[in-house]
Amino acid sequence: MRYTPNPPAVAEEMLKSIGLNSFEDLFADIPQEVRLNRELDLPEGLSEIEVKRHLLEKARRNITVDEYPCFLGAGAYDHFVPAAVDQILLRSEFYTAYTPYQPEISQGILQSIFEYQTMICKLTGLDVSNASMYDGGTALAEACQVAVSSKAKKIIVPDNIHPENLRILKTYALSGRFAIEVIPGKDGIIDIEAMKKAIGKGTAAVVIQQPNFYGIIEQGIEELAEAVHQNKGLLIMSVDPISLAILKSPAEYGADIAVGDGQVLGNNLSFGGPYLGFFAASEKLLRKIPGRIVGQSVDSEGKKAFVLTLQAREQHIRREKASSNICSNQALCALAAAIYLSLIGPEGLRQIALRSHQMAVYAKNELEKKGLTLKYKQPFFREFAVKMDNPSTMNKKLLENGIIGGFELDDAMMLAFTEKRTRAEIDKLVNVLGGEK
Amino acid sequence: MSKLIFEKHVPFSNSFSLPPCEVPEVVEIPEALQRKEKLSLPEVSEVETIRHFTELSRKAYGVDSGFYPLGSCTMKYNPKIDEWAARLPGFANIHPYQPEETVQGALELMYEMEKMCCEIAGMDRFTLQPAAGAHGEMTGVMIIKAYHKKRGDEKRTKILVPDSAHGTNPATANVVGYDVVEVKSNDRGLVDIEDLKAKMSDEVAGLMLTNPNTLGLFEEEIVKIASIVHEGGGLLYYDGANLNAIMGVCRPGDMGFDIVHLNLHKTFGTPHGGGGPGSGPVGVKAFLAEFLPVPVVEKKGDKYVLDYDRPESIGKVKNFYGNFGVVVKAYTYIKSLGRDGLKDVAYNAVLNANYLRHHLSQYYNVPYNRLCKHEFIANSKFQHDKNGITTMDIAKRLLDYGYHPPTVYFPLIVHEAIMIEPTETETKERLDDFIKAMADIAREAEEEPEKVKNAPHTTVVKRIDEVGAARNPIVKWEEE
Repeated sequence: MRYTPNPPAVAEEMLKSIGLNSFEDLFADIPQEVRLNRELDLPEGLSEIEVKRHLLEKARRNITVDEYPCFLGAGAYDHFVPAAVDQILLRSEFYTAYTPYQPEISQGILQSIFEYQTMICKLTGLDVSNASMYDGGTALAEACQVAVSSKAKKIIVPDNIHPENLRILKTYALSGRFAIEVIPGKDGIIDIEAMKKAIGKGTAAVVIQQPNFYGIIEQGIEELAEAVHQNKGLLIMSVDPISLAILKSPAEYGADIAVGDGQVLGNNLSFGGPYLGFFAASEKLLRKIPGRIVGQSVDSEGKKAFVLTLQAREQHIRREKASSNICSNQALCALAAAIYLSLIGPEGLRQIALRSHQMAVYAKNELEKKGLTLKYKQPFFREFAVKMDNPSTMNKKLLENGIIGGFELDDAMMLAFTEKRTRAEIDKLVNVLGGEK
Repeated sequence: MSKLIFEKHVPFSNSFSLPPCEVPEVVEIPEALQRKEKLSLPEVSEVETIRHFTELSRKAYGVDSGFYPLGSCTMKYNPKIDEWAARLPGFANIHPYQPEETVQGALELMYEMEKMCCEIAGMDRFTLQPAAGAHGEMTGVMIIKAYHKKRGDEKRTKILVPDSAHGTNPATANVVGYDVVEVKSNDRGLVDIEDLKAKMSDEVAGLMLTNPNTLGLFEEEIVKIASIVHEGGGLLYYDGANLNAIMGVCRPGDMGFDIVHLNLHKTFGTPHGGGGPGSGPVGVKAFLAEFLPVPVVEKKGDKYVLDYDRPESIGKVKNFYGNFGVVVKAYTYIKSLGRDGLKDVAYNAVLNANYLRHHLSQYYNVPYNRLCKHEFIANSKFQHDKNGITTMDIAKRLLDYGYHPPTVYFPLIVHEAIMIEPTETETKERLDDFIKAMADIAREAEEEPEKVKNAPHTTVVKRIDEVGAARNPIVKWEEE
């Protein structure tokens, strides 16, 4: 299949009109010593019929969460995506557009991002939001870069944030621009006293994940907010946007920056991406936040209009002085989030959060009836860790029974629940984990 | 301006519902941890939501809407089969932590994609993890840092970047903790070899280079450039933004580059999505493979596995495995085109660019008016000298003619630059129409300059007050 529309005779005519004889003449400036001088070692192109067959065959060798109920979470969740979301994403004016650098013909995209930014502000309770970032993990790393200054370079992180996020932070810290201090937790939650002790003059920020990696809702965050603010550092919270329908918002805790992964807002699991990272902050940080931001302005006739704004922060203007090299956002994923939130509404989001929680509570009670116990006793949102000797063997057993099990810890399995799960699916899960069959 | 979705709020108009609840409706969350603040998201019916976003889509312009000669961005046609493939349930509805035996098709696709990227770029290993070109740059420069660090060569604190480079190059080097040293371009628009020699030292970690460069010109002395950097102990980084011009003709790996990133959303036809998601895989030569992010996909017997056991790895740059959905689209694209199709892409991309350059140079100044690759730079010099017309005016007037304008005011080394990249997916008729529109604007600039200076005239909004927007930022909707 080809997407080059000019037939050979037309190409020849074009070559002639610019004084050349062959395609080869177009590459006369490439020295022979770096030429490939052979064909690429790739197969011949395929017709669309063959490509379809080939991709279908590959896709069929994956077991989907529609075929087997999925109890995996750990940063990506099997929430419901209304059919209407994808119908809008397939509007090609949206998905085949570039970044809205020409605002006069991009008002639709700019407005959708402005609406997305407003929704993120409403969810987090914070004042401002950017147009989205690569994912929750990289948004957290960018938040840390915002917090650092020449005097304060230490980022304090409890050991119960998502391990992949922690790994990303450590990788970004290879730059030497900030240093990570990891504080061990106690019983699955943060050790408030140890965290407070670590906070000092050189502290740029404290990072808290809420609910934390184990699904537990952390308590005492207000105390940390106070301690870090006294030392002129920032409180950065990594949060789950679905949970914000029923859990206290980052603003209510006194957070300066809230980030998180927006996958759960209308984006498919898609084997880990593309998702979006959201990034919200208090007003005073507006000129420091990374990434694109849409602002409202007026045109030359005084009509309300949207435009990318505060671009003086960005790499194409600041070049080597820019504190972030980001020059894109996850616009289409952010659009999915905005459509999703419009489709389900505030009450729908609350119902989804509650139902996920209630399914998890039901599963916990049923597991306890079978003699299983939770690894940690703290309150949870929609995910918890249940103790078991060999989670990997148990996951295999679940798979044999047509269930995608949970995330394996050394001595426990983390199980996540969404509004898509049914009581029958949970009963089956509990039966297998409880040793029946 | 369309009403905002928030302004379409009607209480109780949203009828989204869940199935009847089959479990006890309890809440085991302490009161103190619950949200107090009202969640004021809009309540809108499904039909009004759909109409709202459909209306917004009509105020946007994509490649499917028309010609999009946005230099450096490779706005080629996005094949529909690629969209279909990424939406297959077997790809869209799998969790990243599923047991390997349940995602063999996905892992195989990633494995094959890595192999194909290696062959196209002339590299030995690739990671698919970075989410965008800039993210790939960051990953690549971190690998440069890890390489020197492992050798104990820690006095290398500088990265060289040509003055024609994308803004992301210096920004990336800075973010990874390097000082940026700019290398001058010579009067032919290429890297100034003498300046490179003068700036290369044992404090330089590497050179970031785009080839063809941002002027659309091939760095003819690439072999010499590579040897200067290598002999000085540095590494050579390839910014893959312009790979479209040379696929199947020559490869960065054969030019001496040690690290490359590819932009799947440019070269391999995946849509730009209005700003993302993209995907920026990074490839390295064998001696740098140990530093790649984890995990990489390996084949053991006839099974595909994720390998995390790589002690020298820089770690992770993104959650999970990257933008898998975008990778599926690019994989489908490469499979569709095959080896001849990819070469055909480069041939036609370069032909279209030279066709435009040749014919537009009758009406516009083209500072480096010689054989170009996939793009070239014009500017508004003729129109400015005579009638004070700027590049911005010409870009805005193009909107009235129904085109997305080229990239403007970049690269920085050309005054009032107009950077034109037609891509290979345009017909001669489209190009001829565009030439005619540009010729008409050149004529208007002479005969009716005010018409050009006040453009656009036909769009839903006129030129927007960007200074005011930045001075008094309004970045969210607030109830009046």
